[in-house]
Amino acid sequence: MKHCCFHNLFLAIALALPLLAAAATPDGAALYRQHCAVCHGSDGSGGVGVPLSLPDFLAVASDGYLARTIRKGRPGRVMPAFPGLSDAEIRAIVAHVRGFADVAAPSYGQAPLKGDAARGAKLFARHCAACHGDRGQGGKGTGVTFSRPRGAPVMAPSLANPGFQAAVSDAMLKATLLRGRHGTPMPSIRELGLDPARADDLVAFVRTLRVPPPPPLADDEPHIIRYDSPYDVEQTLEALKQAVIGRNFRVIRVQPLDQGLVPEGQEDGRRIILYFCSFSFLNEALAIDPRVGLFLPCRVTVVETADGVQVMSINPKHLSHLFNNTELDEACERMYRLYNEIMEEATF
Amino acid sequence: MRRWLLIALLLSLPARAADLFMVRSELSFPEAMAVLQESIRARGYQVSRVQRVDIGLTKSGYKTDKYRVVFFGKKDEIEHIADKHIDLIPYVPIKIAIFAEQDNTILLSSSFSHLRPYYRDDDELLAEFDRWEKDLQAILKAVQDAD
Repeated sequence: MKHCCFHNLFLAIALALPLLAAAATPDGAALYRQHCAVCHGSDGSGGVGVPLSLPDFLAVASDGYLARTIRKGRPGRVMPAFPGLSDAEIRAIVAHVRGFADVAAPSYGQAPLKGDAARGAKLFARHCAACHGDRGQGGKGTGVTFSRPRGAPVMAPSLANPGFQAAVSDAMLKATLLRGRHGTPMPSIRELGLDPARADDLVAFVRTLRVPPPPPLADDEPHIIRYDSPYDVEQTLEALKQAVIGRNFRVIRVQPLDQGLVPEGQEDGRRIILYFCSFSFLNEALAIDPRVGLFLPCRVTVVETADGVQVMSINPKHLSHLFNNTELDEACERMYRLYNEIMEEATF
Repeated sequence: MRRWLLIALLLSLPARAADLFMVRSELSFPEAMAVLQESIRARGYQVSRVQRVDIGLTKSGYKTDKYRVVFFGKKDEIEHIADKHIDLIPYVPIKIAIFAEQDNTILLSSSFSHLRPYYRDDDELLAEFDRWEKDLQAILKAVQDAD
């Protein structure tokens, strides 16, 4: 009887183990859909992010490179870090990405190549800088955004980015140079008429490239911009409109904060939003990062409190910090100055 | 002092994937927009306005695909925020940006992680942030999962 119980228990455990193991194995497809597809496309063909499904990319990108890229991201270049994913989850995503093309995963040693960086610098200036930037800072904008016209199918990556430098091995850089990347403007060095031996020199130079990670927000950076107005709500709104128009922005709409949420005629007149826009600036911002909708439209809110009237807006610099895009940070710095000018002028 | 040190520490952290909520829907833009508004209403919110960003751009001579911003909220919540947390008025109503990406649609919204350090002693507000984030994620997931 005792023997029989042990036998049944053993059988139950043996049957359950594969099920438990399956349950514990992360689902790479689901994780990719959850974290990556929004930018890189459901099938890896690219979008806001670069395409991952190109056979020439997968033929040179090692699993380690992909995993380190997911873990650390690209500081200041849109691709975020994923510190919350487990190693097993990252491996599952990498395995899913591997399925986008029928090419074997490469494996590289980590030994540095011994090229001539000075000679590589000259080659880089002549053959690579036009796309990758003179300091390897990369092309402007995000990867590919098909919603708007773009001149190239991908934006050249930043070779100097600390995330890229940490993820890539010398051998992978060399393999990329020797192979090129069909489907993008990146040629092989053979196509450029260079001796394949020059790849080591280019790799040695690329290793000298560095851009600092984006600076953190200042410790005392407030999340809103606020000014006290010496006028009443109506007068403040008029002054704001004049200040907005004076800076070539267009007033889009003036509405109570609760409009659309309370029956018409019952809105609270103490809290009024002024929406405004410059479509040329907006078009420029969308080219930098198509996700800027979260900043739209430009808005200042006029609020009557017991202590007087205030004008306030979100601090664009604060919100920009979430987007991991240095170019957007620069545009938001401009917006920050503009908001301050407008609010200062209107409340002077 | 400790509060400001914590804010400084949190602000200095690099951007993480969790700071923005983004999903890709395989629905066309009009279908995704319809599901989005339905999903917002299903969670008790009211759509207060849809800003047609693409229309303004096109009228000004710029080329763009469909791009909208959907604002939504609950009357009582907006009143509560406006009365008790005046600094948060610029953040309401909540918004979701939605734009076409070829045959797909991309939707995004922001988490409230960047605001949490400023209100770390306000449990009631932090719970409100939790609930908004949960609702935002559920709304976006509903659009992502719809086919």
